[in-house]
Amino acid sequence: MNNTKSIAVGAVMLCGVLAAPFASAATTLESVKEKGHLQCGVTSGLPGFSQPDDKGNWTGIDVDTCRAFAAAIFGDAQAVEFTPLTAKERFTALQSGEIDVLSRNTTWTLTRDASLGLNFTGTNYYDGQGFLINKDIGVNDATELDGATICIQAGTTTELNLSDYFRSKGMEYQPIVFDTSEQTVQGFAAGRCDVLTSDRSQLAALRSKLNDPSSAKILPNTISKEPLGPVVRQGDDQWFNIIKWVLYAQINAEELGVTSDNADDMLKSDNPSIQRLLGTDGDMGAKLGLPDDFGHKVIKQVGNYGEMYDRNVGPDTPLGLDRGVNALWTDGGVLYAPPLR
Amino acid sequence: MAEPMLKPPKIAISPVDWMRENLFSSWYNSLLTIVVGYLVVTSAWPLFSWLFFNATFLGEDSSDCTGTGACWLFISQRLNFFIYGFYPDDLQWRVDVMFLLLAVCFIPQFIERFPGRKWFGLFGLTGLPVIGYFLIPGGNFGLEEVQSSKWGGLMLTLILAYIGIIASLPIGILLALGRRSEMPIIRGICVVFIEVWRAVPLITVLFMASVMLPLFLPDGMNFEKLMRALIGITLWQSAYMAEVIRGGLQAIPRGQYEAADALGLGYWKKTGLIILPQALKMVIPGIVNTFISLFKDTTLVLIIGLFDILGTVQSTITDPAWQNVAIEGYVFVAFCFWVFCFGISRYSQNLERKLDTGHKT
Amino acid sequence: MKKQATDSVPAGPKPWYDPRVRSLFFQFIAIALVFWGGWTLVDNTLSNMQSRGISTGFGFLGETSGFGIIMSLVPYDSTMTYGRTFVVGLMNTLLVSAMGIVTATIIGFVVGVARLSSNWLVAKLALVYIEVIRNIPLLLQIFFWYFAVLGSLPSARQSLDVGGTFFLNNRGLYLPGPVTQDGFGLVWGAVIAAIVAVIGLRIWAKERQLATGAIFPTFRVGLAILVVVPVAGYFVAGAPLEWDLPELKGFNFGGGITIIPELAALWIALSLYTASFIAEIVRSGILSVSGGQTEAAKALGLPNGLTLRLVVIPQAMRVIIPPLTSQYLNLAKNSSLATAIGYPDLVAVFMGTTLNQTGQAVEVVAITMAVYLTISLSISLVMNIYNRAVAIKER
Repeated sequence: MNNTKSIAVGAVMLCGVLAAPFASAATTLESVKEKGHLQCGVTSGLPGFSQPDDKGNWTGIDVDTCRAFAAAIFGDAQAVEFTPLTAKERFTALQSGEIDVLSRNTTWTLTRDASLGLNFTGTNYYDGQGFLINKDIGVNDATELDGATICIQAGTTTELNLSDYFRSKGMEYQPIVFDTSEQTVQGFAAGRCDVLTSDRSQLAALRSKLNDPSSAKILPNTISKEPLGPVVRQGDDQWFNIIKWVLYAQINAEELGVTSDNADDMLKSDNPSIQRLLGTDGDMGAKLGLPDDFGHKVIKQVGNYGEMYDRNVGPDTPLGLDRGVNALWTDGGVLYAPPLR
Repeated sequence: MAEPMLKPPKIAISPVDWMRENLFSSWYNSLLTIVVGYLVVTSAWPLFSWLFFNATFLGEDSSDCTGTGACWLFISQRLNFFIYGFYPDDLQWRVDVMFLLLAVCFIPQFIERFPGRKWFGLFGLTGLPVIGYFLIPGGNFGLEEVQSSKWGGLMLTLILAYIGIIASLPIGILLALGRRSEMPIIRGICVVFIEVWRAVPLITVLFMASVMLPLFLPDGMNFEKLMRALIGITLWQSAYMAEVIRGGLQAIPRGQYEAADALGLGYWKKTGLIILPQALKMVIPGIVNTFISLFKDTTLVLIIGLFDILGTVQSTITDPAWQNVAIEGYVFVAFCFWVFCFGISRYSQNLERKLDTGHKT
Repeated sequence: MKKQATDSVPAGPKPWYDPRVRSLFFQFIAIALVFWGGWTLVDNTLSNMQSRGISTGFGFLGETSGFGIIMSLVPYDSTMTYGRTFVVGLMNTLLVSAMGIVTATIIGFVVGVARLSSNWLVAKLALVYIEVIRNIPLLLQIFFWYFAVLGSLPSARQSLDVGGTFFLNNRGLYLPGPVTQDGFGLVWGAVIAAIVAVIGLRIWAKERQLATGAIFPTFRVGLAILVVVPVAGYFVAGAPLEWDLPELKGFNFGGGITIIPELAALWIALSLYTASFIAEIVRSGILSVSGGQTEAAKALGLPNGLTLRLVVIPQAMRVIIPPLTSQYLNLAKNSSLATAIGYPDLVAVFMGTTLNQTGQAVEVVAITMAVYLTISLSISLVMNIYNRAVAIKER
């Protein structure tokens, strides 16, 4: 019978479609190379960290971090595509393999490291949680915020810190939880809440989005530690090492004085540390599964950590943040990268 | 020939008579008219002056918006972003071509006597998606590739709704047939599938499609974010589509089935040649109505981080360069949706009236 | 006959032409495909989760949540468990759905009737309302009511104030909250007594009408009983009710009942949107009752009110109920858009924050979907029972 045959053919085809995907599992590096680009999860818009312009060009320190990975893997800082994620979506997106690396101002905590099946690879910005208040409420210190209404972004550590802080001080608060940081600003501007809480680096940027930035001020208190950094899935140590060491290479480069401008000249340097960093000596890249000159590509195309910082969040940007704790250990900060050898 | 003695009675009634009939027929109707009329006038006047009389239409940037009315400048300055999203400027002609083809295919549907309008419609449902499939993403025939992450605005909204409907139609037909099947297991599977998808909110479906789908698939198999959203929308929509089509199947008189059986037609011939053509024709208005609701529901994709038209507006109204333009932005999006949905719903009502062939049971 | 059949015909049709065999065969294939597909899905998910080191199981429901929620109908603070956040979210979803269903029904019936009004202005206004509201996406309307209206309300210090008891500002609507004192039980007793009395009155009135044909004004008398008896009970018990008035404390108002703007915006948007669909359903329901019915009622001498109540509405309800049910279902599902404006419903709290803090997407999404499935099936069930009650009884 004609139709019996067509059903049988259909069933066979369906089986084929369902069975085809049983391909062998590849390492993350292999699958990234096969794709030809790195898929990087970022925010849907946070000035200084990851922000698209209206042509879809991304900028920010988290974006540059991803570009550095792409430069290390492909020798091309543009071989990266960005997936904007809300705070809620980010871990699921990484777990499920939608993105290869998450670089979305994400705080490193024990729970996230241990029970989400994720690994934090380092810290590209040391932050802390602060408060942005409406000047009208006449408060100068966070301890006076008893009973305040607070706008906050969903799915962040700030939500937990806030609860801890108010409970430890014996104070009450009302949380208004929004999906995106844009909406928290909208809510704050509309007067829905007295206080907006977020990482301190954000508060200045968010304040600049208000109609009248002078109507709000940032309280001096910092209520938490927020080490922000890239995240990868557990179970692929090679990939974990690559993401970890590209960032360390950038920090080491700043320590050694290698910048995007002098990277080519430095190839002739006889400092063994610089030679190893730029790949003129040793096989540091090969050990990671990368080309040996990955350091040179990263520094040449993206820059060292200091350049990345100054370009996106430094004193000359709208955010105007001093290096502070994010300075090198030699300058009184906490940035201390293990040696590249 | 004798002249008629009397002129025919005057049919046109005077405005006064009309008002007496329709506005002031009794004391409480008069009171109602006055109260409601007062409310309408007092609220419409500020609305119109905000919308038009005091609004700013021309200028360069937000500093030109000095009037007390709406700042439409904001819309005209960012219109490109609202329509194309991040789609590269020099390639936008490809989207324009699709817009034009869409108009060519579907505007004739509104004109009763347009020759061969049926074929335009059929092309819109079959050929158009194929052209779009090659034209919009590019990457072949010498067209430059545009990643789906760069699509946005009105264009993305239309893509989501259009593909959602076209892809859910065949699945919906199969599900509807399955639900009316005489095989209990097939019927059961279809009923469960339909009812489960209809019971869950689209937002959970989209969330699942956007972040969890890769977890269900074997390692190494993955789709783009837009593709996953489309898969979610299609599955969800096909359950609704199935119910609409089932309505049509049920409305086919029993005699049609019996006549087909008497002719000795097999199941697929009976369904394909006799039942479905009648049923589908009958449910066109229903399909159009589900299209309208899907079209409105596509705005939910902004929650999973896709920039549809509402998403592009939502992300622009927090731009520090433009202050206090939230209402203008929302009104603009509302207007866009309203024009589409109202137009299409008028079309479907028209069709319903015309297709009402007395088949109702 | 039998003998002849066995002799001349070898063995009936071949098995693959036998419709029963073929039907069994296809069903077997279908069930095998479904099981195989389901198994593949589960297997993939489990192996993916294992290889990625994602913790599984429902143990997380007993862990401490550690985050605050602005509004909850059950006692909640951040020291309670994730399981509790589920309950809080569920209650909030049910609350806004129930509120929305009540107001959408009222507005929908009023607008639907207004649409058929003989007053031209009223009918056209209803038409404009329906055509504007139902053709604009709900999410947009929620944003409008939240961000646009919220921004135009005064701050807490400049609240709109009605007699020092009702306050409206951008933190919400503040109402006095009733606080029952000792002896309030008497009032509840009076309410129950009044309800029993009204039911009794109705039965008596109906019997009397059947017996004598005399009509008793049950509605008016019943309403009077429902109002007078509890009020009397209230004063007999010594007015055992105090009002907790909202007052400005620190940054915000405290005391009384607060309707937060998130709830208000969602409620208004859901009600208005769904009402525009209900209005059309009501209109077509009323129009479906043929004019002959009204004329027949008039011929019997029934006054207008009774014609509507006894002839038109019962028949219209049969047409109205099924689509009305699906509108209620849509409203319940649409309440999940709460997450866009921060109203702590099930999707925002449980599928949002809880999912994010625990990272157990599969379990959380499965629970959430199961809840919506249950809500949908329950509403369908209740409305089906009601539908059966009003359906034409064929005798």
